[in-house]
Amino acid sequence: MRLQYATNIRIVEMTCSGNIDHRVILNAFEEGADGVFVAGCMEGDCHFLKGNIRARKRVNAVKKLLDEIGIGGDRLEMYNLSSAQGGRFAEIANDITAKIKDLGPNPLFKNSSCCGCSCSKEGGDQ
Amino acid sequence: MVGAGIAGIQASLDLAESGYYVYLVESTTAIGGTMPMLDKTFPTNDCSMCILSPKLVECGRHLNIKILTSSDVQEVAGEPGNFNVKIRQRPRFVDANKCTGCGSCSEECPIKVDDEFNQDLGKRKAIYKLYAQAYPNAYAIDKAKCLRIKNPKACGKCLKACQADAINFEMAEETIDLNVGAIVLSPGFEKFDASALFYYGYGKFPNVLTSLEFERVLSASGPFQGHMVRPYDGKEPKKIAWIQCVGSRNTKEKHGYCSSVCCMYAIKEAVIAKEHSHEPLETTIFFMDMRTFGKGFEKYYDRARDEKGVRFVRSRIYEVTEKNDESKNLIIRYSNEDGTISTEEFDMVVLSVGLQPSKSVMELGEKLGLDMNQYGFADTQKLTGVNSSKPGIYVSGAFCGPKDIPETVMQASAAAGASASLLAESRGTKVTEKEYPAEKDVSGQDPRIGVFVCHCGVNIGSVVNVPGVVEMAKGLPNVVYSGEYLYVCSQDSQNTMRQIVEENGLNRVVVASCSPRTHKPLFQETMMEAGVNRYLFEMANIRDQCSWVHQNEPDKATEKAKDLVKMMVAKSALLSPIHQPSVDVTKAAMIIGGGVSGMNSALSLADQGYKVYLVEKADSLGGIARRIKQGFRGEDVQEYLAELIDKVKANSLIELFTGTEVQDVKGFVGNFKSTLSNGAQIQHGVVIIAIGGEEYLPTEYLYGKNNRVMTQLEMEEAMTAGDSRFDQAKNIVMIQCVGSREPERGYCSRVCCTKSIKLAIKAKDKNPDANVFILYRDIRSYGFFEDMYTEARRKGVIFIRYSVEQKPLVEEAGGKLMITVTDHVLGQPVVIEADILGLAAAKLASRDNKKMNSLFKVPLNEDGFFLEAHMKLRPVDFASEGIFMAGLAHGPKNLEENISQAKAAAGRAGVILSKSKLESHGVTAVVQPDKCAACLTCVRLCPYGAPKVRNYAAEIESVLCQGCGSCAGECPNKAITLQGYNDRMYMSMVNGLCKEVL
Repeated sequence: MRLQYATNIRIVEMTCSGNIDHRVILNAFEEGADGVFVAGCMEGDCHFLKGNIRARKRVNAVKKLLDEIGIGGDRLEMYNLSSAQGGRFAEIANDITAKIKDLGPNPLFKNSSCCGCSCSKEGGDQ
Repeated sequence: MVGAGIAGIQASLDLAESGYYVYLVESTTAIGGTMPMLDKTFPTNDCSMCILSPKLVECGRHLNIKILTSSDVQEVAGEPGNFNVKIRQRPRFVDANKCTGCGSCSEECPIKVDDEFNQDLGKRKAIYKLYAQAYPNAYAIDKAKCLRIKNPKACGKCLKACQADAINFEMAEETIDLNVGAIVLSPGFEKFDASALFYYGYGKFPNVLTSLEFERVLSASGPFQGHMVRPYDGKEPKKIAWIQCVGSRNTKEKHGYCSSVCCMYAIKEAVIAKEHSHEPLETTIFFMDMRTFGKGFEKYYDRARDEKGVRFVRSRIYEVTEKNDESKNLIIRYSNEDGTISTEEFDMVVLSVGLQPSKSVMELGEKLGLDMNQYGFADTQKLTGVNSSKPGIYVSGAFCGPKDIPETVMQASAAAGASASLLAESRGTKVTEKEYPAEKDVSGQDPRIGVFVCHCGVNIGSVVNVPGVVEMAKGLPNVVYSGEYLYVCSQDSQNTMRQIVEENGLNRVVVASCSPRTHKPLFQETMMEAGVNRYLFEMANIRDQCSWVHQNEPDKATEKAKDLVKMMVAKSALLSPIHQPSVDVTKAAMIIGGGVSGMNSALSLADQGYKVYLVEKADSLGGIARRIKQGFRGEDVQEYLAELIDKVKANSLIELFTGTEVQDVKGFVGNFKSTLSNGAQIQHGVVIIAIGGEEYLPTEYLYGKNNRVMTQLEMEEAMTAGDSRFDQAKNIVMIQCVGSREPERGYCSRVCCTKSIKLAIKAKDKNPDANVFILYRDIRSYGFFEDMYTEARRKGVIFIRYSVEQKPLVEEAGGKLMITVTDHVLGQPVVIEADILGLAAAKLASRDNKKMNSLFKVPLNEDGFFLEAHMKLRPVDFASEGIFMAGLAHGPKNLEENISQAKAAAGRAGVILSKSKLESHGVTAVVQPDKCAACLTCVRLCPYGAPKVRNYAAEIESVLCQGCGSCAGECPNKAITLQGYNDRMYMSMVNGLCKEVL
């Protein structure tokens, strides 16, 4: 397909989005990411049955936390898509980049932006 | 194995994993068959490619499966155990071993041709790969289209573009002689040619599509990238119609059979189309009978109608015409059920085309001298599930009749089981195992990382500054080697890599190249050849995730490639070797249930050479089949049953426990210990649960209150016993769907329509003067059973459709049994005085399913039947390893289908029993016991039952763990980590990314 999308996404591969932990997401913001998106399989389609549902719960919990500490829950999103949806992936990559650009740099790093990237955590069974 | 669709792939994997060497012969240039063309699969809406692709890789890389693509069977001679097969292999003109699949050749090729994989809706080049995920991951040249093959001096652009030297125009046809013990045929089907039916306008009107074309329209990897548009003008349709039974149930076209899968795929397409559509989309399915008879299908139909708003119109189509304006919209003229005629306009019409055997498939059957049925499908021997008319030749998939994916997979595993039984003596004699040097101990060593960066021809190198990435990597912590390669995956690069690992004492390797999906196993093998644990390897995907998707921004792509390498280097420093613990396997099976399914599983496993403990709760064998007199194809079931019981009793490997139940089970795959109600303790490696089902005892229609009212099974028993009421009857009535397709039992019992038709014909034959009525909701005589439906109508059996809102009324009046039903054509109530009323009562799961559920921790669905590990691709496996299911306990099925499933369960169980040791999956979760608070979170959430609490701490049985890491994510005290994918690694990756190189 080779659809073009924004260059500022860096992918961290996980075995399943159900593996993601609060501290891993928080750490990404601590290290300077301006945004994080978690990609899991379509709901009901989890290769490991329920991993993506659990992931969503945790993502929602961390969103609240980010709001409380002033980083902003908007900088974290979870998306469900299948590994055959390249087009959707590119779409999400562009959408989230635009959104994070609107929000501006990570407030923790307002003065010394690290790499200017927005990290993405990807979960999936492949 | 002939035919490499999902059936061929499944059977090959089962056999290769059971100790047999397999030749997989495929006529196209890649394995996969029809399944990769489908967008989603019913009833789970799983992405077809996503679930198939791991099997493609596993099959493609298997040491004991030799794949012969572009190959056809020419001749077969010999006998079971010793067949000589002549194969003709057409030239590919590309050396599949050298080709890296990079696609540079195809970019340069000037010739565009219609892409058959995309149903001619898109274009491919003359040098092409069948589809993106194809195995072999290699291109092939279309002989008929290539300029250079026509003229050796012409073109040759691909030759110049290929930097792997893989293209060879000198290749010629080859003959390959194989000596094999058994043959499995699964060459598949083709779609009915809809242009043969002029009244649908296919081929004439551009907005009439076949269902397979529509699959490609929906597919994300299809010609429109998943945008649901009309191929004609690229506009999104707002109103789509599906027309069912195109080339099925059509005796005029000599396609009298039902294609079995079209109702479900049409519903699926309508539901998915609605999801794809940006505007509200109207979807209408024009059908005769809605045949959603499989497991979970009826609920899918209900949801589509009630929740998704798919409209269903019971009708007959007269014709499709095109509107006389620019819209090229279509007008369907059809007759409604009551005979009135309607016309309606649609933007697009999808024809639900049937399945038929292709000409080459029929020729194959003829060449091998197999019995084929009147439609050209292979005939299976009665009550064998998989035997062709020639001993030693087995059949599976749509080759022997239209069927869906789970039934195909089931039959493929059954064919594998049958082959394994036939060739039990030679198990393990032809297979090879790869030997690796002893693994070096790297514990206590500082990380020494090697980075190999790939140009992938021009795929990466033309966008990303590869030398720049290599230089950057040299400055990263722990990196002692960094180098660039034209193709890291080529044979010579792999040799170099091994040398470099050895010379530099590398204990971690990072390859920056393409997708781990296709290439990680290859690199890991090289690691093992160099004596390094394969889990000390990581890949940075700088092609699919970088150069391909940022083609126009080379600087930013180079920055990103550097980042991806930094992240993987940071992660790899934290990797530790993973040693896969193994456990011994007790080479015996426990089979619960001594009905037809259980006995077939038992015999199949005993024939494979394994000890079997067969446990039956009743005092005698036979199960519910004792009450069935005649099979759907006229078989004498009691004679079959008697023979089967004799065989089971005579088999010295089968130990029989009748009047016995299982009381307790301990252990896990390979090592179960069970206690029986008679006190016996047995040890076994696998379990097959085949405890059958029962017939519903109706509370409706005066059942139990009037002795003329009986269930189907009672009716068959009475007829066989010579009940004189049948001979004297004036009116015999049968009511379908009694207790099925109801709110409390929302499934179709699958077999009752065919059974009633069978009984109706029998009653009519015996007493031609009697009126025989079948009151039905939809007649679901799928597959070749449709012939029986046709025969029944021809013999004068009267079919009256009732609607669920207006069920038949059964009353007793003056000693007479009166039935009132509203006729679907006349719309008027019809009153019948019935001498006999037969009720097609629902087929129920055994009450003991619940007991099994708590004994084995195996899941049930909401109807009480067992839930398989995967609806499509693991139809007889439970999610917990080593436990399998067969027969009615899984869902309503006919005898033949149960036998097939029983053999499949035995085939799957045989895969485990053939091994002397079972290895765990590499990536598994481990517990740090001192941090564990024994809170049971992991025990509750694991879908595979891997964690258990012992001595106040969780332990994870590595053989059961599938490596998802959900427990690690959820563990409140972080006592669980997933090997190779833990939080420290993730954090270190982000840290490596954000820290500037010193």
